[in-house]
Amino acid sequence: MGNLFSAKNKEVFSTPISMNNPVTIQVLGICSALAVTSKLEPAIVMGLSVTIITAFANVVISLLRKTVPNRIRIIVQLVVVAALVTIVSELLKAFAYDVSVQLSVYVGLIITNCILMGRLEAFAMANGPWESCLDGIGNGLGYAKVLVITAFFRELLGSGTLLGFNVLNYEALKNIGYMNNGLMLMPPMALIIVACLIWYQRAKHKELQEK
Amino acid sequence: MNTNSNAYTIIYASVMVVIVAFLLAFVNSTLRDQQNKNIELDTKKQILSSLGVKGVKDADAAFQQVEAQDMIVAADGSLAPYEGAFVTNYANDDKNHVFVCKVDGQTKYVIPVYGAGLWGAIWGYVALNDDKNTVFGTFFSHASETPGLGAEIAADWFQTQFQGKQVMDGTTVALGVEKNGKVERPEFQVDGVSGGTITSKGVDAMLKECLANYTNFLTTNE
Repeated sequence: MGNLFSAKNKEVFSTPISMNNPVTIQVLGICSALAVTSKLEPAIVMGLSVTIITAFANVVISLLRKTVPNRIRIIVQLVVVAALVTIVSELLKAFAYDVSVQLSVYVGLIITNCILMGRLEAFAMANGPWESCLDGIGNGLGYAKVLVITAFFRELLGSGTLLGFNVLNYEALKNIGYMNNGLMLMPPMALIIVACLIWYQRAKHKELQEK
Repeated sequence: MNTNSNAYTIIYASVMVVIVAFLLAFVNSTLRDQQNKNIELDTKKQILSSLGVKGVKDADAAFQQVEAQDMIVAADGSLAPYEGAFVTNYANDDKNHVFVCKVDGQTKYVIPVYGAGLWGAIWGYVALNDDKNTVFGTFFSHASETPGLGAEIAADWFQTQFQGKQVMDGTTVALGVEKNGKVERPEFQVDGVSGGTITSKGVDAMLKECLANYTNFLTTNE
């Protein structure tokens, strides 16, 4: 089993986290990046849930890839994702009720996350289960990374807290004229922060810039 | 085998749907008891939270400790004990429940309230002192309000604002939420959530509608 962590597999795992990030390069999954990032905690849990579900869905579809009829492949992918998400949501309700209450609607929204469908269609339909699993985890973590960075700035500057703990809400800061920026909590700021991340990444890596 | 033929496609789809349906039905039925138990414990935790009892590990024991009694309010405002399974969704229950509890020897009344926010259901529990008019504590929660905006109704700063407010002004419910900075009657009203206007209005409507059902109970003093 020496080839499990071959150079190619490492690349499959690591490029989605940085140079082929699903959010900042492929610009997928923006809708949920907008919805769950006004606080850090739901962003972390959402990132982890997407990672787990992308990995499992990729493996299942990869195992089925040779049997799936071409004309209904998108439907098959959707059914697999929807079934997985429903099972995860039921398990959370039974064994981690508090977490499921926090995530509320977002668990269901994982079904509609474009990253999932994108990876199933682009990768799992053409590669083996192990590579697909790595690809799923890599893309999930790439998504989680952007979510966490965005949520960090939104919660810090918008509410003055991080994970609910007080960071900036002190009288001394108020006295010198600092105020929490309520605009940070509004959905448009998520897009602006994601855009800044894309800007930073493209400025740093010249090869990403279109001629 | 030709995986593109019509017959194969139809059979594949049918088999897949049946397998997935059985799988989900199995998961749902094996986990249902556990889930219902969780929901019941969570409801008890929410009721306890409105009484200021927070972060309990064993909700059943804590519920016993405040001597909570599930009572029904009749049309004339009198109380009768409730017989039946513990209710977890008061929006679907046509009886007017009130929990009579004891905190530090004082009688408290906890009234469940429910309504609609911006995206979905909101609900809560209002605990009153034994004068049936002064708010002792509140608890609010929501199904799907926006985090950082409408979802702030579940935060401590919003809920503690209600402590000490009056509920009834004569025979109308005056307890409510006003736009942030627009509170004119501070004995009844609290500040809403900035950026969560529709949710705040939802809380206001929820309190006024639900508590109005208890008017006779709240205005009779024994």
